Amino acid sequence: MWADAAIAAVKSLVMLLLALNLTVLLLWVERKGSALIQDRIGANRANIFGGILPFNLGIVNTLIADPIKMFTKEDVIPAGADKLLHFFGPFLAVFPVLVTFAAVPFGDVLVIGGREINLQVAELNVGILYVLAMPGLSVYGVVLGGWATNSRWSLLGAIRGSAQMISYEIAMGLGLIGAILVFGTLDLQAIARAQGATIWGVIPAWGIIYQPLGFLIFLVAGIAETKRVPFDLPEGESELTSGYFTEYSGSKQATYMMSDFAEIVVVSALATTLFFGAWQVPYLARDGFHFPGGFALALPQVVVVVMQVASFVLKVLILCCFQILVRWSLPRYRYDQLMDLGWKTLLPLALANVLITAIVIVLAG
Amino acid sequence: MGPVTFFLLATALVVSALTVVVHPNPVKSAMALVATLFLLAVEFVFLGAHMIAALQVIVYAGAIMVLFLFVIMLLNLSDEEAEARRRGRALFRIGAWIGGGVLAAELAALFLRVPFPAPAAPPAGYGGAESVATALFVDYALPFELTSILLLIAVIGTVVLAQRRAS
Amino acid sequence: MLDQYLGVIITFGFAAVIVGIMCGASMILGVHHPGPVKQQVFECGNPPTGPARGRFSVRFYLVAILFIVFDVEVVFLYPWAIVFRRLGVPGLVEMVVFIGVLAAGLAYVWKKGALAWD
Repeated sequence: MWADAAIAAVKSLVMLLLALNLTVLLLWVERKGSALIQDRIGANRANIFGGILPFNLGIVNTLIADPIKMFTKEDVIPAGADKLLHFFGPFLAVFPVLVTFAAVPFGDVLVIGGREINLQVAELNVGILYVLAMPGLSVYGVVLGGWATNSRWSLLGAIRGSAQMISYEIAMGLGLIGAILVFGTLDLQAIARAQGATIWGVIPAWGIIYQPLGFLIFLVAGIAETKRVPFDLPEGESELTSGYFTEYSGSKQATYMMSDFAEIVVVSALATTLFFGAWQVPYLARDGFHFPGGFALALPQVVVVVMQVASFVLKVLILCCFQILVRWSLPRYRYDQLMDLGWKTLLPLALANVLITAIVIVLAG
Repeated sequence: MGPVTFFLLATALVVSALTVVVHPNPVKSAMALVATLFLLAVEFVFLGAHMIAALQVIVYAGAIMVLFLFVIMLLNLSDEEAEARRRGRALFRIGAWIGGGVLAAELAALFLRVPFPAPAAPPAGYGGAESVATALFVDYALPFELTSILLLIAVIGTVVLAQRRAS
Repeated sequence: MLDQYLGVIITFGFAAVIVGIMCGASMILGVHHPGPVKQQVFECGNPPTGPARGRFSVRFYLVAILFIVFDVEVVFLYPWAIVFRRLGVPGLVEMVVFIGVLAAGLAYVWKKGALAWD
């Protein structure tokens, strides 16, 4: 029992650190990537402690200085605000998102000393329902954040933000149903393993080949869930200052900013798991490569595992970078256009996708 | 899972539920209700009903409580007045305590005296997604279709209510 | 059977500690100099006008109710999607009827203009 607990703890730490590191990395990608897109230099220097450091590591200085600044700033709580809810707002915005990673598989099976360790923190057989339930709780982070600060503008941003989040949660859930119809299970590791098969012996059976429309719906709904541009009206930088997290300073604001990036990582991780083969490398099985021509290359188990984990991280990173690209390329949606997109476009499309997939499966036998 | 885990969970549940009832601030009361529903989902997991636990979090704690919070904020409910609580409601509170005490005594007497047999082991796959799904769509197909009518009635009712208030 | 959730509980614990530290860091590490002007809410330089918590449009309530209805629908679709292959055509017909009724509800709401935001 204790060995199981220790292994689970190690896996959990690995997954959480992976998520947090990706989040911090995305901060760097966002600042330098946006600079690249907008044809400027971006942040490349920071003076720590009055220039003690004799060298300039570029944006790394900024990445060190920013968190130090945020964690040591004064925590200003507006008069008349509710102190307990003021603390729980940012807490509930990030905590469910981080916890979602417990169900995401980041590798196949690692064999250590005769013991098979499934590289997934919790092997839930209702994995997809868990993954759908947890981000749904992050709505409370937004709602409480706006309410707790006793400020009209924050509350407006919070209500708009939560209305937007719940509108797109349905489209997100429906986008996944096509993939579940195809794979026939709610267990994320089983879905990941099922994508190791090949269609007609050549094409890897990744989810996106079966469900291109489902992937698009899921991705658009996911970006709207994260309240990023082009859907960032609740944050409304030019209108509501910072919307629902205006009245937060110091590390609480850092937590809200982190929730932004953490949700990007979660949406990318889920899209990778269901539509891009999770940790699968094409033609790679547990004992080595099996190319379609019949040529096989045997590899030690550790190499296979490392390749699979690296493939997972790479795919998640590519999807995150794509989301950042979308952010800096598109203008912002107006609020009624946003809600129209959620209810009048994505929802009927997602329902149609489910029905068409079901009919095709019945016809194909 | 042993009695220790169960009593920890039960204590947390009771404290959370009491907070819902006792706390004067409506928003904190609603958040305590969210915590109660979440802990109930954990209880369902202990009973082996994984699917229902997940559905409890998705629908109840994730959707219905959001509606509650919206309504609280839309109606701009304020804290219960402390004075009115203390003065006018004394008789109420005494009656509530007596009623609650009698109920608790009855339940305690019931559970201490009636011997409950050890439960039979549940069948394999109990509470998992497949068995719930099979039961729902094969055995109980008609109630399932009637649920859709019920939801339709809810939608129509809401639209009628909202339109009347707006006009 | 409950071993599945061991990882979940451990992750809950770690995540709670990490996020708690992140939220509480500036409460502990930061200075504390509260003042009346600093604690006013931000309204782009003007002093706050009126009470903070006014009434909002009833459309938000409508969105929340619609969300519940369609969330319940999604929640029924998930178990159906698992056993779908075993159910065959009767299962398909069942779900088509279910989705059809709810799509009729959506169409009704759409036509009544309750989804229109102005």
